[in-house]
Amino acid sequence: MTTHLIENGRLIDPRQKLDRVGRLLIIDGCVAAIDPSDGDLPADCPRIDAGGMIVAPGLVDLAAEFREPGFDEDETIHSASHAALAGGFTSVLATASTDPVVDSYGAVEYIRQKAAEARGARIHVVGCLSKGREGEQMAELGLLAGAGAVAFSDAPRSVPNDALLKRALEYCRMLGRPIIDRPEVPSLADSGVMHDGQVSLVLGLKGLPTEAEDLAVARDVRLAEATGGRLHVGPVSTMGAVDMIRRVKSRGIKVTASACPHNLSLTDHSLRSYESRFKVHPPLRSPRHVETLCGAVADGTIDALQSGHMPRSREKMMNDLDLTPFGMSSLETSLATAVTYLIETGILDWTKLIDRFSCRPAKIAGLTDAGSIAPGSVADVVLIDPGCTWRVDPQQFRSRCISSPFEGQNLTGKVMLAMVGGEIRYRQSD
Amino acid sequence: MPDTLPDLTPYRARWNRRHLLDLESLSADEIVTLLDVAQVMKEATGGCRRKISLLQGKTCANLFFENSTRTRNSFSLAAKRLGADTVEFGSSGSSVAKGETYVDTAKTIEAMGVDWVVTRHSTPGTPHLLARELDCCVLNAGDGPHEHPTQGLLDLLTIRQHRGSFEGLTVAMVGDIAHSRTARSNIWGLHKLGAHVIVCGPPTLVSERWRELGFEVAHHLDEILPRCDVLNLLRIQFERQKARPFPSVHEYAALYAMNAARMKKARKDILIMAPGPINRGVEITPEVADGPHSVILEQVNNGIAVRMAALWLLAAADDAHRGIAPNSQEPNTNISGSTS
Repeated sequence: MTTHLIENGRLIDPRQKLDRVGRLLIIDGCVAAIDPSDGDLPADCPRIDAGGMIVAPGLVDLAAEFREPGFDEDETIHSASHAALAGGFTSVLATASTDPVVDSYGAVEYIRQKAAEARGARIHVVGCLSKGREGEQMAELGLLAGAGAVAFSDAPRSVPNDALLKRALEYCRMLGRPIIDRPEVPSLADSGVMHDGQVSLVLGLKGLPTEAEDLAVARDVRLAEATGGRLHVGPVSTMGAVDMIRRVKSRGIKVTASACPHNLSLTDHSLRSYESRFKVHPPLRSPRHVETLCGAVADGTIDALQSGHMPRSREKMMNDLDLTPFGMSSLETSLATAVTYLIETGILDWTKLIDRFSCRPAKIAGLTDAGSIAPGSVADVVLIDPGCTWRVDPQQFRSRCISSPFEGQNLTGKVMLAMVGGEIRYRQSD
Repeated sequence: MPDTLPDLTPYRARWNRRHLLDLESLSADEIVTLLDVAQVMKEATGGCRRKISLLQGKTCANLFFENSTRTRNSFSLAAKRLGADTVEFGSSGSSVAKGETYVDTAKTIEAMGVDWVVTRHSTPGTPHLLARELDCCVLNAGDGPHEHPTQGLLDLLTIRQHRGSFEGLTVAMVGDIAHSRTARSNIWGLHKLGAHVIVCGPPTLVSERWRELGFEVAHHLDEILPRCDVLNLLRIQFERQKARPFPSVHEYAALYAMNAARMKKARKDILIMAPGPINRGVEITPEVADGPHSVILEQVNNGIAVRMAALWLLAAADDAHRGIAPNSQEPNTNISGSTS
């Protein structure tokens, strides 16, 4: 029987409206009690001093590319699942930018087995929405769900076929699984490499117009409304997308959305250096979009924060910008980015941050074993030092990808310990 | 024609960059320095026909990953006029065709002991990438639709030779602004030196965002023509366009080609410029291209002087960076009659 008593920490769990200094007792992989009396403690219970730290449910990432099988040079399930823990994510939805793609029972099983062997964060499989991820024919969604897929998506591509998306939304109602769409109209995105705006105009780089995202979101939410299917759009990055989501939510349509911390903190001005580490997808937008996006995260229009982890090997990132793929390593910086740019600026408080990073994404993904530290919950717990400022050195990442737009920057907020099912799987000193 | 060079020391003091990547990041004083040195080089070499052995022993590598005739030859001649050696590199038939990356190819060439890499590439920002990765001086000879700084400088030099100054001048860039690196260099150079810049063409080629950046945007050439002191006619870059941004070449020519009828509406002393290659009958008709207002061939000649100036200034900054004292012989450097 594994037991831990985490004491002196600031316990935050928005789901139970909890925010106070207290003690958390973990027994047998589950949260046994909050503030137990000394008499209720098992004998010789190991104690973890969380003085000055935040104790919260582990973060849940709605989409991270793992790249295995097929692109192990970018990332493996093992490296990503441990990078996730170092970033505070105890559950991650792995999207299927793999080769072969995840459109079969065997492919789902492969990832699940590899994830179990890795003993890092919990890895949940996102199955392909279309066969071969070719955007034509529905994949065997029912069988994939049976194998353990928690959601379906053709990410990082949007579902290009309107009728396919509509059918899939209808079909998935019986499976109780959400569809995650990365919204972008391909013909408008064309071969753009950065936000289409003043900066791209001056740099002569081909732009990704905001309309490409706006129109895709408009299509997606309309089809969700028509079908009653569970749709999650994200990551989003534009004012138009925010406006659309806000409007449909006000009409009671059940659509959720997410955004990435780097899209909430950096602008397209970063590309002035022409460095490939700023070529990310969705692109870094202009300050007006960033400001609107921050407001939408604060007021809940955007439900969740996600890492946007798109690992690519160093050799792939060492090319001219046209040939360089979109990519970045962000599992290990997302939380600190959000702390630095959203909490320290007063846009979010800690309760909202944990809500957007843990509670809501767990609910969106239908994960019953994540997003809360209420008694009886699975003990996926993270300890965060909220005041620790650290310099981002990608060479120290657990991820295989060392491309980060935050390289060399000081960020605040450090994950000190992460626990999965009551087992300590990450300590900052490790 | 002088037998020795004037003292270049004052120019050296006004310049400390080891790379020439764009005009946007240069100050007005730096641009003027480049133009002044170019003028000195041109006069000292009789219109760039003779050699000045200022940079003997140095080597200039031309790394051209896109086709080029005038720019490549102009850089080669400029280096040779300064007494430097040249290495020519084209991507076809090279290791690039075998899968070697742009950066690795450049590093390989650099390892052969070159002092400058002159690079042209279809992707914006590639010279900036090389400037980070290489130790030698990097000159941008055109990076996709981003900038072509020496083209911008030679255009500025040509205008200054004819008009003396830029204050109060109205200069229109006409045509494919969206895909033009010449436009993106000229716009900044002209703006910094005090000219009023108009970008003119159909909305699919001229973004309204230029207005937000402080430039005049026009879509009707006939409306702005009477106000212009200089017209710089840009080629339609079909090779960079996936979808044609106007209905037909015929329609484009009708709306934007500089022709004899339009010349009658222009100022008497208007300068007609084009970065070349020109599409006769599309952006300019033969009678205008070859007419008395055209300075197109002067631009080509000024290109050598500008590139000599750029090579010399970067080398001087590089020497300073490496702690090498300036050549004490410089003011008395002999000018030879050789032309190659």
